[in-house]
Amino acid sequence: MANVPKDLKYTREHEWAKQEGGRVRVGITAYAQDQLGDVVFVELPKVGAKVTASKAFGVVESVKAVSDLFAPVSGEVVEVNAELGQKPETVNADPYGKGWMIVVKPSNKAEWDQLLTAEQYEEFLRQGGH
Amino acid sequence: MDTPLKRTPLYKAHVEAGARMVPFGGWEMPVQYAGIVEEHRSVRSAVGLFDVSHMGEFEVEGAGALDVLQALTTNDVSALEVGQVQYSILCYPNGTIVDDLTVYRLAGDRFMLTVNASNIDRDYAWVTDYAWITEHQRKEARWRNVSAETGLIAVQGPRAEPLVGRLADQDVTNVGYYRFARGTVAGMPALISRTGYTGEDGFELYAAAADAGRLWAALLEAGRADGVAPIGLGARDTLRLEMKYALYGNDIDDTTNALEAGLGWVVKPAKGEFVGRDALEKIRAEGVRRKLVGIEMVDKAVARHGYPVLRDGRRVGVVTSGSYGPSVDKYIAMAYVETALAAVGTPLAVEIRGQAKAARVVKTPFHPSRVKKA
Repeated sequence: MANVPKDLKYTREHEWAKQEGGRVRVGITAYAQDQLGDVVFVELPKVGAKVTASKAFGVVESVKAVSDLFAPVSGEVVEVNAELGQKPETVNADPYGKGWMIVVKPSNKAEWDQLLTAEQYEEFLRQGGH
Repeated sequence: MDTPLKRTPLYKAHVEAGARMVPFGGWEMPVQYAGIVEEHRSVRSAVGLFDVSHMGEFEVEGAGALDVLQALTTNDVSALEVGQVQYSILCYPNGTIVDDLTVYRLAGDRFMLTVNASNIDRDYAWVTDYAWITEHQRKEARWRNVSAETGLIAVQGPRAEPLVGRLADQDVTNVGYYRFARGTVAGMPALISRTGYTGEDGFELYAAAADAGRLWAALLEAGRADGVAPIGLGARDTLRLEMKYALYGNDIDDTTNALEAGLGWVVKPAKGEFVGRDALEKIRAEGVRRKLVGIEMVDKAVARHGYPVLRDGRRVGVVTSGSYGPSVDKYIAMAYVETALAAVGTPLAVEIRGQAKAARVVKTPFHPSRVKKA
């Protein structure tokens, strides 16, 4: 079973979300990067862009496939991981750390409670992950 | 749609090695083992093993075999010596492509054809039933579809020659490019062919399906010191893309003709009649309207099969294959573009998710070929 840190929340599209003093850091899970294979390109929004929960905010491409990235929460993008432009493979190497994608200032606090807990996400993966 | 996927004799070996299995052309095949980029690099720097047993093999034999192949394929089979291999095409009468294939001359009146996995049934029907074939040829050329009983393992990379050489019953350094020898490898009878689909030196080993598992295991074992690795279809695709080798179903099919695909070098009208000859002669005389070119992304973005190619906002072509090329460290693609825009250096754009991303036509292969030309 893929690594699922307990202190994060998750989407059914395999993004993780982390509370950091009122802001939310977002990336994709270890399971997601493993399923994608070698990540060769990441397209992210600019700082200041608005993202909407459950809507695509960017794209991750592996050698074989293109996948949308879905926002766990709505809000304004306040940080973008520019390093992924040069080193997209960081998403594979460190999905919960240096492979983070954006930081969002949430506009609707209630959305946080809609996300899956680590236990729920693990159960979701056990049932096939889709 | 729910026909069960076919499995090669090496299916179990792939699963046990932890490969990720995917459906491909009706087959359940390994797309990757360690990871596509790592496998790609193994082939360029050391040696990789590919299970290509899903490909089809037909044998044709008899006094009419040569005539039938001359009538069906675009290349000149009469130029083929025993022990030699030829790349060729099966065309429809309008010059579009039934399949691309290799033709082996096993003996004066005996040949083997290797065809794409997804086309086996259609190709076999084509070569045996086509109305072009005269009653005389039908009687004098006996066909056998030996796909199911044939295993095929490609050994590709700079360490392929020493690896196969250690296991073969003969000096394989004598087998030239697009030539083959019969013998044994690891004690198992094999046809040792100096061919491949990666741009590296290497061999394709045809063996009995029943021997394929032991041959695969022997190559992995004997190649340990060479850094041998099993390679999935994912890296097979990036390796061939860097060479601009066409893939049937992506870059060539029944809507593309052999000349616009850049395969005119295997179209030999001087040899006499063959299916598609008149159409191809006409296209050659009039000039092709579009050409398959190599392009490199200038903007950071990945071009994929089916994406439109633009010039000043106007649609001028279509991407047929595209990915990240690990050895060139660039986003590269193959695309059909209008002939006037096919010259190296021509600035173009690829429409990716509604945005025009800058690209340009580049010289191919993208990565230098290291096949062992005699």
